Amino acid sequence: MAAITLKNINKQYGDGYRAVKDVNLDIADGEFVILVGPSGCGKSTLLRMIVGLEDITSGELLIGGERVNEKAPRDRNLSMVFQNYALYPHLTVYENIAFPLRLAKAPDSEVDERVRHAAELLELTEHLDRKPANLSGGQRQRVAMGRAIVREAQAFLFDEPLSNLDAKLRGQMRTEISRLQKRLGITTVYVTHDQVEAMTLGDRVAVLRKGVLQQVASPRELYERPVNLFVAGFIGSPPMNFIPATVERDELHTPFGQWRLPEGKRPDLSGHEIVLLGARPEAFEDAAVVSETIRDHGVEFEAHVDVIEWLGNEQYAYVPYEAPDDISAQLADLERELDSEAMRTQLVVSLDATSRIPEGSTAQLWLDLRKVHVFDPASGTNLTVAQSSGNGAAKAPAGDASAAAVDESADGSAQG
Amino acid sequence: MMDERDLPTREKVLWWIAGVVVIVYALFPVVWIVALSFKTPSDLGSKRFWPTSWVWENYDNILAGDAQELFLSALRNSIGISLIATFISVVLATFAAYAIARLDFPGKRVILTTALAVAIFPVISIVTPLFNLWRNIGLYDTWPGLIIPYLSLTLPISIWTLSAFFRQIPWELEQAAQVDGATTWQAFRKVIVPLAAPGVFTTAIISFFIAWNDFVYGISLTSTERARPVPAALAFFTGASQFEDPAGSIAAAAVIVTIPVVVLVLLFQRRIVSGLTQGAVKG
Repeated sequence: MAAITLKNINKQYGDGYRAVKDVNLDIADGEFVILVGPSGCGKSTLLRMIVGLEDITSGELLIGGERVNEKAPRDRNLSMVFQNYALYPHLTVYENIAFPLRLAKAPDSEVDERVRHAAELLELTEHLDRKPANLSGGQRQRVAMGRAIVREAQAFLFDEPLSNLDAKLRGQMRTEISRLQKRLGITTVYVTHDQVEAMTLGDRVAVLRKGVLQQVASPRELYERPVNLFVAGFIGSPPMNFIPATVERDELHTPFGQWRLPEGKRPDLSGHEIVLLGARPEAFEDAAVVSETIRDHGVEFEAHVDVIEWLGNEQYAYVPYEAPDDISAQLADLERELDSEAMRTQLVVSLDATSRIPEGSTAQLWLDLRKVHVFDPASGTNLTVAQSSGNGAAKAPAGDASAAAVDESADGSAQG
Repeated sequence: MMDERDLPTREKVLWWIAGVVVIVYALFPVVWIVALSFKTPSDLGSKRFWPTSWVWENYDNILAGDAQELFLSALRNSIGISLIATFISVVLATFAAYAIARLDFPGKRVILTTALAVAIFPVISIVTPLFNLWRNIGLYDTWPGLIIPYLSLTLPISIWTLSAFFRQIPWELEQAAQVDGATTWQAFRKVIVPLAAPGVFTTAIISFFIAWNDFVYGISLTSTERARPVPAALAFFTGASQFEDPAGSIAAAAVIVTIPVVVLVLLFQRRIVSGLTQGAVKG
């Protein structure tokens, strides 16, 4: 077991493409860190650089305080679970799990003991004599994990290990991985594009965009205090709503009326004409069911609800609205980058399951203004968080995050 | 591939007819040779397909009779030369194909195109210069004198087939082995080679056939039974008297040299199965 430290890690391919840009990350001993981002953000490249399958163009990689840039994968003593499992098809499950031990020339008795122990842990004992071709997807996945845990590696690396499983199995394996990691207490780096996996598994989550680290923080922090538009849009499902607003003194003019943010939640908006307001679906509510104690913290507004999805424990209402062209173009860009396709500008609103708003009607909605974030549309920076992190409230590695956010602004404005 | 049972009856019948036509077309000459080998010399011109009386005379002649010396030494040469040529070509091609499939190096395409060019280059055009060269450096009428040109026939096809096989093996397997603590050589030997085994066997068999069936080099670069392979030796068969047609003996020899080929294919049929990599990846 060991800590992993990434110092100014860069990756540039032969064709000049920079997959990873100046990433700094400290992974503590025993910590479970998730690398997350949309496809092509460099998260897998970063993982493969840690394990040694990709060369590091510049920067320094330390494992347990020792520089390993020049070491071959086999000398780094890490174990990895590949996206497609990469089991050896000509070997039985037993020999697949035993493979790293055999290479290390462990005596047969020790191999047997450790393979059986790993198999027991993963409930593979009855499959030990079978070949990978005869196993189900979930079993193959467990064999791949068995091979990873059988030796005493410094850290586990997972490269989208659940993406080939169906939804139900994915949920189960997610819990299994979490349980296993807690039980073994081994430093773990886990790459995924699925923000649900990221939120549920990790002690800390590192969000990457185009090779640049955006924010490294606990899942809760990422959700409640995203540093920029990208992180805000990426984390959370359904995603955060972005509402364009023009600034007029203390008032914000939105397509749904004029709002005033509460004291203390009101960032300095001087110099900004247009801002984007970010509100998660659950910040909204059916005005009819809001409790009186919190009603004053928000605003009520009228909106046309065209579709309702009732899920039993809650329901989602969809509220289409018109946004200025340049803003909706920017939102569409953001959506595309997040691997989704925005058909129209709309609010996704989470309502209490008891709400009786009918589809296709105009309804009275309520928004909790305490939970609204204000973003600079040009740079994407979260002005609300930027202001309050001045008090030292943000425990995110401020250096990385703000550096990333600055880099971000260059990209953002170039696109806009 | 579509399952036969899914086909409508009409289509099924058509496929059967097509299959039978191909089989008859391919097997007819073989059956003819077999029939010929059991004929007496006087029966050869009888204009009948099957022998009037089945005799072992021709087999006697080449295995125990007059032609014995000519044939058995040729058989020994053929087996030895073909096996050695196959072995060398498969070993070399395995390394070359692995490098071509896995590594990115300048001149990769050149190697592949050169191999192809060598393969399609007409053999007959280099036989004469080779003949002169071999005589000068003392390789004429020796085993190496045939093995070397055979390599030029077998290596290109071996490299092409093997690199296709190697490309099918997921690269992750090798990377997984390296992460598991294997050196590049260990990963190659313990993971890649076992998985490429069907490809290696297929390639070996193809190489063996090519060497086994060669005639042009065999007849041009040998002069005595020191190195003369079977296809060339067949041309030196004579009848019991010079007025007798040796066709019967030639047919018998042809049948005998076909046997190892058939045995080889039957032996390794189970190994020439693709799809061994199934189960390596995905769920």
